Amino acid sequence: METIIENELVKELANKHGRSRDSLVPILQDLVVHNRFLSKQDMIDVARELDISAADVYGTATFYTFLDIEPKGKYVIRICKTISCAMKGKNEMLATIEEILKVKIGETTPDGKFSLLETNCIGWCHKAPAMLINDTPYTELTPRKVTEILREYIKK
Amino acid sequence: MVSLSINGMQVKVPEGTTILEAAKQLNFRIPTLCHHDDLCVAGNCRVCVVEQLGAKALVASCATPVTEGIQILTNSLKVRSARKHIIELLLSEHNADCTKCYKNGMCELQDLSNEFAVGDHIFIDLNTIKDYTVDRFSPSIQKDDSKCIRCQRCVRTCEQLQGVNALTVAFKGDQQRITTFEDLSMAEVICTNCGQCINRCPTGALVERTYLDEVWDAILDPTKHVVVQTAPAVRVGLGEELGLKPGKRVTGQMVSALKRLGFDSVLDTDFTADLTIMEEGTELLTRLKKALVDKDSDVALPMTTSCSPGWVKFIEHTFPEYLPNVSTCKSPQQMFGALTKTYYSRNRNLDPKDIVSVSIMPCTAKKYEANRPEMRSSGFKDVDYVLTTRELARMIKQAGVDFNRLKEDKYDSIMGVSSGAGVIFGATGGVMEAALRTAYEIVTGRPVPFEDLNITPVRGMDGVRQASVLFEDCKEEWSFLNGVELQCAVAHGLVNARKLMDGVKSGEINVHFIEVMACPGGCLGGGGQPIPTNEEIRKKRTEAIYAEDMSMEIRKSHENPEIIGIYKDFLGEPLGHKSHELLHTQYTKRVRY
Amino acid sequence: MSSNHVKRVDLIFEKIECKAVLEKIVDMEPDDICQELLDSDLKGRGGAGFPTGMKWRFTAQEKDPVKYIVCNADEGEPGTFKDREILDQVPGKVFCGMAIAGKAVGAKMGYVYLRGEYKFLIPKLNTELDKFHKTMDEFNQNFRIQIRLGSGAYICGEESALFESIEGKRGEPRNKPPYPTSFGLFGKPTAINNVETLVHTVMIMNYGADHFRELGTKDSRGSKVFSISGDTPKAGIFELELGMTVDQFVNDFGDGDTKAVQVGGASGFCVPRKKFAETIIGFEGMPTGGSMKLFNSSRSMYNVLHNYLDFFTEESCGQCTPCRVGCQQLLKGVEAVKRGEKNSKYLDELVKLAKTMKRASKCGLGQSVGNAFGSIVENFKEEIIY
Ligand SMILES: Cc1cc2nc3c(=O)[nH]c(=O)nc-3n(C[C@H](O)[C@H](O)[C@H](O)COP(=O)(O)O)c2cc1C
Ligand code: SF4
Ligand code: SF4
Ligand code: SF4
Ligand code: SF4
Ligand code: FES
Ligand code: FES
Repeated sequence: METIIENELVKELANKHGRSRDSLVPILQDLVVHNRFLSKQDMIDVARELDISAADVYGTATFYTFLDIEPKGKYVIRICKTISCAMKGKNEMLATIEEILKVKIGETTPDGKFSLLETNCIGWCHKAPAMLINDTPYTELTPRKVTEILREYIKK
Repeated sequence: MVSLSINGMQVKVPEGTTILEAAKQLNFRIPTLCHHDDLCVAGNCRVCVVEQLGAKALVASCATPVTEGIQILTNSLKVRSARKHIIELLLSEHNADCTKCYKNGMCELQDLSNEFAVGDHIFIDLNTIKDYTVDRFSPSIQKDDSKCIRCQRCVRTCEQLQGVNALTVAFKGDQQRITTFEDLSMAEVICTNCGQCINRCPTGALVERTYLDEVWDAILDPTKHVVVQTAPAVRVGLGEELGLKPGKRVTGQMVSALKRLGFDSVLDTDFTADLTIMEEGTELLTRLKKALVDKDSDVALPMTTSCSPGWVKFIEHTFPEYLPNVSTCKSPQQMFGALTKTYYSRNRNLDPKDIVSVSIMPCTAKKYEANRPEMRSSGFKDVDYVLTTRELARMIKQAGVDFNRLKEDKYDSIMGVSSGAGVIFGATGGVMEAALRTAYEIVTGRPVPFEDLNITPVRGMDGVRQASVLFEDCKEEWSFLNGVELQCAVAHGLVNARKLMDGVKSGEINVHFIEVMACPGGCLGGGGQPIPTNEEIRKKRTEAIYAEDMSMEIRKSHENPEIIGIYKDFLGEPLGHKSHELLHTQYTKRVRY
Repeated sequence: MSSNHVKRVDLIFEKIECKAVLEKIVDMEPDDICQELLDSDLKGRGGAGFPTGMKWRFTAQEKDPVKYIVCNADEGEPGTFKDREILDQVPGKVFCGMAIAGKAVGAKMGYVYLRGEYKFLIPKLNTELDKFHKTMDEFNQNFRIQIRLGSGAYICGEESALFESIEGKRGEPRNKPPYPTSFGLFGKPTAINNVETLVHTVMIMNYGADHFRELGTKDSRGSKVFSISGDTPKAGIFELELGMTVDQFVNDFGDGDTKAVQVGGASGFCVPRKKFAETIIGFEGMPTGGSMKLFNSSRSMYNVLHNYLDFFTEESCGQCTPCRVGCQQLLKGVEAVKRGEKNSKYLDELVKLAKTMKRASKCGLGQSVGNAFGSIVENFKEEIIY
C-alpha cells in the first residue's frame, strides 16, 4: 500500500466546503483555480477526503468542461465558437491569438502561461465576438483589441 | 390499484407498477436494454418507449409508473419507428462484427436487431471515428469499449450491488464513455473481479477473459494429465446455459459431460470445501481459545471467511486494517489446486509438472485468484486455468455433447467425495452453516440442534443476517466455550459486506465469525454464472443447492471419509505443518481509492 | 398590439425597494401568494412556460418539512444573456423573489445555480447577498441563500440535471415523474425558477396581478426580457411586451435584410422571412427563453445549423441513445450531404430521425434538437445541400 502524503490543499478545501458528496464540485472548482487543472493525485486525494471512489471523482470531473484534467497554463483563454461569435469574426480572433502566442487550440505555451481553448456561448452574443481569460470576459473583440489584451497579460 | 389499458386491453395493477411490468401481466413483452431487475431504473437506452395516448412524447415504460386511466400502445407506428431508429443508432456507434464477437448468439443488442430485422444500416458508421480500446490486462475481465452501448448497467451494478464503484460514466456528449479512474485498465483499479458487471452487460463490452483454447490444448496434449474440479454452484447453474429451466440440478450429467470432453480426472471442489471447514473451523476455535483462555488481546476477531476471492480483493482495498481478521485459509479452489499437484499426484504416481489443473467456477474473481503470485505453494501454479460455468457450457457445445441425454455419472476419486456441507458453500450463509455443523459437533460431540441439520437462521436473502449458536455441555477440551454464544454474521453482495464491516468498525456489530460472499446470493449468483441472473433465478438456484444438500448421504464435512483419509495419510491435523504450507495464504494491503 | 412596432417595458430592471415588497408579503398566507401569481397568469421565463403559481402551490402542498427554492441562473442557451444582465443590475430583486418563493412554499433554503461563465459576478452577488441576509434578519425570516457555480455544462440548466450537479454528481437529467415539486434537490420538494421569473414575481407582488395582466395577450401575459443578437443594429437586452409578431420585431430590430430569425436559441425554431407575419412570439405561437437571433441574407444557414449541431453534440449529457447518437448522426449527416457523399434524400431520413429524437429522448435537450434541425432544413433545404 502506498504511503499517504498529506495533500494540504485538498484538506483545506475539504475543511472549507465540507466532506459530503455535494462538496465535491466546489472542491474540484477551487483546485482548478489553484492548479489550473486536476491532477491524478489530487483526484485520488479528494476521493480519500470525501470517502468516495476515485472513479466517481473522475467521472464527475470529466463531465464538466471547466474542470480540466490536463495541465493548463496560468491564463486559460476560452474563445467562444458559438453562432454569434462565429458570425462576427471569431476565426479572425483565433488566428490573431494563435499568431501572437504561437499555439493552436488545445495547446499551452511552452512557458506554461497561456492555454488556448474554444468554448460554447458565454452569454455575450450581443457583444460578439467574446472570450474569457480565466474568469474575465472580453467582448466586442477586434484583432487590435485582442492584441492589446494579450500584451497586458504577457506583461503580467 | 390503478387501472389502465394497454393495446386496448384493460389491466389493474398496484400503484407504483411501471408500464413495463403492467404490460408483462398482459403478456406483452416490451424490449429493454438498460433495464435490469437487480438494478435501479436508468431510463437511458430508450428502446422501451411506448405511446401514451394524448401525450406529446413517447414514454420510457421501464421508468414510468402507471397512472389511472392511461391508454398505452406498445407497438404503434410511432413506437416501432422510434424503436427501430434507436436500435439503428446504437448499431451505428457499435463495432458490430458479431461473427467475431464473444457474445455472438447471446447478445441482447443482437437479439433486438434481429427482432427488428435491421437490414442496411441507414446511418453513418461512427465506430470508425472513435478511438476504441480493448482492455485485456485483467486475468478476469475483458473490456471492449467498441461494443459498449452505454446502458450503464455495469456502473449501476458496481455501485448498487457491490459498493465498489470501480466503473464510472465519464465525459459527456459524443465523448461520453464507460470507464475507470483515469481510464486505467481493469487490472489497475479497485475492481474486485467479481464479474457482476459482466453478468449484467447486455453486449460483448464486458466479458470474462476466456481460457477455452488453453484448456482444449491441454486436454488434447497426450503428455498432460488434466484434472478438473467443479465448484458447488456450477451444478445448479449449468443447465440454464444448456436449455434447462433455472433450478435444475445437473451434477451427474455434468460429470458425465466432463468425462466426454476428455478430462483425465473429474473431481469435486466440494471436497476441498469440506477441507476448508476443517481448517477454518479449527482456526476459528483456536482464535476463540486464544481470546477467551489465553486472554490474548492481539487475536483478530471477528474472523471472516476467505473463500470468496472477490471479497478478499475487496477487503484488501477497502478495509486493509482488517486483513488479520481474514481467515488464512485459501479458497477451496486453491486448496484443491495445491493438493492436485502434491497429494493427488503422489497418490496417482504422476509428475506434478505433467498435471494441468483446471477448475470450473461460477466466478470470474477465481481467474484472478489463480494468478496471484502467492498461489504456487505446490511448487507449481496451483490452478492453471479457471473456466466459468458459461465457458464450460460452451465447451460442451463445441464438443457436440448432447447434454440433456447424458446419463448421470459419478466423480472420480480421490478428491471426488464430498458432503452436503460442501455443497451449500454455493449459497450465501452456506459456509457459515457448514462450519457450524462441524464446529458445534467438535466442541460438544453432538450435532447442531437444528432439524435435519438445517440451520435456517443463516439462510435467506437479506443482505446482512445475524445469528448465534449457544455452546453447552462442551467436551472437556472445549469447556472454555461452555455458555459461550457464538455470534455470527453473514453478508452477500459487497455493498452489504461494506455495511457489515462499517458496523464492525463502529462497534455496532459485535460478532465472532463473519461469512462474506462477494456476489448477491453467494456463488450461485456469481459473475461467471449463466446470464441472466436475477432475484428469481437466484432463489431457484438456492432451492436446488439445499435440495442437493438434503440428497447427500453425508451432510457434515468432518464425516467425509476422504477428508478423514487425507488427514490420516497426508496432512496430519488441521492447521498442522503441511496444512500451513499448502492450504493457507496471506494477503496484501492495497489502496482504497 | 396593433401598431407595427413592439412595446418597450421597464419592469424587470426597475430599481425598487425590495423591503417594501417583503413588507407586503411577510404576513400574507402562503397560498395567497400562489393565488396572486395564478391570477397574474405568470408563466416561467426559462423556456418551458409552466405557470409559476401552480408550481409553487404544488411544492407548498408537499408534506416534507424540508423544501428548497432554486434559482436557475445557468443561462447556457446560445443567444441568451438576459439573466446575466438581471443579476448584474438588480440582484437584490432576484433574491427577493426567492424569499417570496420560500415564503409561499415553506422553504428555508435557496440555491442560486450560476453558470461558471458568470463567475465574475460573484463578488457583487456576495455583497448583495450579505445585504439580503441582513434584511431577512430584520424581517425575522430565516430564509438563507447559497450560490453554487456551474463548470461549463449546458445541460445543467435542465432542472433535474441542475439538482444532480448541486448534489455533486454528473449533470445527467433524471426520469420524470417524479417532478421537482415532489422530488427535487436532495430528493426534497423544490420550486425551481428562472432568474427572470423570480423578478416577475417580485413585481407582481409589488404592483398586483392585474398590473401584470395588462400587458401581453390571453396566452402570454406580461412582458419578457429578450436577448437580441446577430445581424441587428440594436443588439442587446430589451424588455418587450409579449405577443408581438416576428414581423413587428424585425421592423424594430432588423437591419433591413433579415432573412430568418432564430427564436429561442439553438433549441428553438428558425422562422424564415415568409413566416414573419404569421408567427407570434409567446406561448400561443413560438415560446422562447428570450433569445432572438437575426440572420441577414449574407449568412449561410448551413453554417448556422452546423454550429448548432456541433453545440448539441458536445453538450448532450450523453446518457440517452436518441440524443447522444442522434446528435452525432445529424451532424455527420448534414456534413455528408454537403460534401455530396449522401444524396439529398438522406435529409429526409435525418428529419425522421430528428422526430424520433423529439419523441423518445429523455429530456428537453434531445427533445428540442429537432426544432432547429427541422425548421432550418425545411425552410433552407437548398442552402444545406448546395
Ligand atoms: C437543455 C435545457 C437547458 C435549460 N437551461 C435553462 C437555463 O439555462 N435557465 C433556465 O432558467 N431554464 C433552463 N431550462 C429550463 C429548466 O429546466 C426549467 O424548466 C426552468 O428553470 C424552470 O423555470 P421557470 O418555470 O421559471 O421557467 C433548460 C431546459 C433544458 C431542457
Ligand atoms: S456485442 Fe452483440 S451486437 Fe455487438 S458484435 Fe457482439 S454479438 Fe454483435
Ligand atoms: S468486476 Fe465487480 S468490482 Fe469489478 S467492475 Fe465489475 S462489478 Fe465492479
Ligand atoms: S459495458 Fe456493458 S453494461 Fe456497461 S454500459 Fe457498456 S454495454 Fe452497458
Ligand atoms: S436528451 Fe440528451 S441531454 Fe437529455 S438526457 Fe438524453 S442524452 Fe442527456
Ligand atoms: S455566441 Fe459567443 S457569446 Fe454567445
Ligand atoms: S429499458 Fe427503458 S430506457 Fe432502457
